[in-house]
Amino acid sequence: MMRHAAKRLLMAVPTLLVLVTLTFFLMRLAPGGPFDRERSLPPEIEKALAAEYHLDESLPKQYLRYLGNLLQGDLGPSFQYEGFRVSELIATGLPVSLALGALAMGLALLIGGAMGILAALNHRRLPDYGVMSAALLGVSIPSYVVAPLLVLVFAIGLRWLPAGGWVTGRWSDLVLPVMALALPQISAIARLLRGSLLEVLQQPYLRTARAKGLSPAKVILRHALKPALMPLVSYLGPATAGILTGSVVVEQVFNLPGIGRYFVQGALNRDYTLVLGVVAVYGTMIVLFNFLVDLAYGALDPRIKTA
Amino acid sequence: MRCRALLAGALALLWSIGVSAAERAPVAQQVLHHGNGSEPNALDPHRVEGVSANNIVRDLFEGLTGISPTGEVIPAAAAQWTISEDGRIYTFALRENLRWSDGSALTAEDFVAGFQRSINPATGNTFAQMLSAIDNADAVLKGRVPVTALGVSAPDARTVVIRLAAPTPYLLGLLSHPTAFPVHRPSLEKWGRDFARPGRLVSNGAYVLKNWVVQSQIEIARNPQYWNNANTVVERVFYHPSEDINAELKRYAADEFDSTYEIPLVQAKALRVRYGKELHVAAYLGSYFYGFNLSKPPFKGNPKLRQALTMAIDREVIVGKVMNGVALPAYSYVPSGTWNYTPQVPDWAAWPREKKLAAARRLYAEAGYSAANPLTVELRYNTHDDHKRIALVMAAMWKQWLGVNTRLINEEFKVFLQNRKLHEVTQLFRSAWISDYDDATSFLDLQTTTHGRNDSVYRNPAYDALLQQAATTADIAARRALLEQAERLLLIDLPVLPIYTYVSKHLVKPWVAGWQDNSYDYHYSKDLQVLAHPERRAAR
Repeated sequence: MMRHAAKRLLMAVPTLLVLVTLTFFLMRLAPGGPFDRERSLPPEIEKALAAEYHLDESLPKQYLRYLGNLLQGDLGPSFQYEGFRVSELIATGLPVSLALGALAMGLALLIGGAMGILAALNHRRLPDYGVMSAALLGVSIPSYVVAPLLVLVFAIGLRWLPAGGWVTGRWSDLVLPVMALALPQISAIARLLRGSLLEVLQQPYLRTARAKGLSPAKVILRHALKPALMPLVSYLGPATAGILTGSVVVEQVFNLPGIGRYFVQGALNRDYTLVLGVVAVYGTMIVLFNFLVDLAYGALDPRIKTA
Repeated sequence: MRCRALLAGALALLWSIGVSAAERAPVAQQVLHHGNGSEPNALDPHRVEGVSANNIVRDLFEGLTGISPTGEVIPAAAAQWTISEDGRIYTFALRENLRWSDGSALTAEDFVAGFQRSINPATGNTFAQMLSAIDNADAVLKGRVPVTALGVSAPDARTVVIRLAAPTPYLLGLLSHPTAFPVHRPSLEKWGRDFARPGRLVSNGAYVLKNWVVQSQIEIARNPQYWNNANTVVERVFYHPSEDINAELKRYAADEFDSTYEIPLVQAKALRVRYGKELHVAAYLGSYFYGFNLSKPPFKGNPKLRQALTMAIDREVIVGKVMNGVALPAYSYVPSGTWNYTPQVPDWAAWPREKKLAAARRLYAEAGYSAANPLTVELRYNTHDDHKRIALVMAAMWKQWLGVNTRLINEEFKVFLQNRKLHEVTQLFRSAWISDYDDATSFLDLQTTTHGRNDSVYRNPAYDALLQQAATTADIAARRALLEQAERLLLIDLPVLPIYTYVSKHLVKPWVAGWQDNSYDYHYSKDLQVLAHPERRAAR
């Protein structure tokens, strides 16, 4: 087991290297550079800026320099936020994204899970239709609609919660963003769990369990839920990685200092190092959560472990 | 519960209507929250770019001059100054007992060091060219002479002397820009270019930097060492980056912000109704225009075609319907309100619409186009809803009145900038300019042959000569005449198609006193104060 885990983690290194390499060169292929702006710069200033960020060196040399720094844990200076290292920006932004993402995912699992079970147990009855209609709405309405609506109702209308902003330790700043982040996940989880539970509930061994006189709760929680979690777990890997690394929309609507916004802004501003840093973090998360998903598969279905 | 909330809301509304700003008393807790556009790129005055960052840096630092709430140049770190008869030597006397925020003395040498650092190419100041009027500035910028050769000196601790290469009547306004701010040399020596961070930044303005959380907020607090601290009222100011203009508006509506950076154009009419006097709209030194690429067909050597397209558009409709009234229709290239200048308006601007259209059609035909042989042109703009809406309306007008087929090309900003600069694929392109200083040359210089932002590839030796002559003319009236003549020439040649003049647009809470509209759109926190606001109902 440990050997398998170590092997999987070692395989992550070349994967991340390919990811960083591709991103590095693709970013440089994009027209325009970090210092292009409305104002024209005197050549001397352009030269000085290029030299400051080593953009005057050949591309392979820049790439090797970047890799060398990366190995030492230095993600380089940000082009857009002068005086800030990318690692510093990520270190400040990631905890915010992680806190929001973890809370949203926890909430989504709790509510979405309960909704999915409720719907499966009441197949083709009112609770099922109710849950599925709500889930359909949740999946279809994008967060750029949900988030402003939440602000309109709870911040501007009722004045119960702030419309945006982030002050460390103030719980009220978390409520609306977590709700906006969790809503689509609740719907997805409810739909996935309902579907897989319905399939599992048809299995002969569950008919046997029920025939033996086990209580419905025992049948569900002990015998049905575990195999029904398989598709959900596959979904949760990339979904958790995505939600933990921040959401561009939710961060913009609520003025949150997470790292989600750096993706878009970094790319638009040709902040090469910032984009590379965020991609590296996101890639690491994906690899990590896919690895955890694999471990969870083994725990849920012993056949996979032995295979 | 709901009834109580409604009643409270109604009472608060009545109170806010009934109580004018004059009747409100200042509150004990003087704290302001400003929505502030994009995240500042830096707080180093010699590296700072963009309006958002400049708003903060103007609170943190102070130059020799400043701008009053109504937009006039006023003494700041300098108490007074004298100008030599030929207009080329400015002598500034600093105020007594000026101090940096760490308590150390602020001397004339700090200003000299500031100017030298600002113009030094190694600093990478993208605004360095603003100082090119100073003697030897261009040579320093090109690395031909050392920075010490720059025409700024400090004969004693309280005197700064600036020698100019040529008379520059707008110099005093320019000195209020961060590029002319002093530098705290010990901080620079200790921290290098990373000195402008909380805990390190030593400044000389009315405020000091307390905290900076990227993408969240920048907090500044009153500087007890500031020479006019006794008259500064606001204790703490929070600048909140807010790239999402709608999110900013919501936080304003929720009483979390006291002012906004701007307003969403599409909501301008509704906001005017809802917020009334809270909406501040004022003329701003900025021009929105389209450029013609004169180096390629179809606009190369075809002034009649350029004239036809310029005359066929209805600017009043664009400003009224597309911009929702938050702009001013422009027939001139230099915006109205520019210091010591009358923008040049072509005669046809006053013609009735039908006469303009008839002339446009005639010129279009003379340029070689007709219904059977219509002009097909590419119009490039960078991705933005407002640019798109304007481009669509322009294309529709040309189609309706002249039969022109316009192909709209929307490009990501950096791609657009590169294409515009290369002059290879552009035909007609969106452009704009916001002035760095209050002078017509800030706009007119752009169209000179050698200027890096001459995206139209406009080449007219007569135009260049007029600007060259103006640059060496000390007499203000004669200089003005030369500049106005240059603009008239420009409006005949038409390398650009003026569309509208920018306005500044903010929402400001009624409890913020001291906010006055001005063409610089400068609102120093030291000039503001917070009045009583029981109607405020923010959740925090």
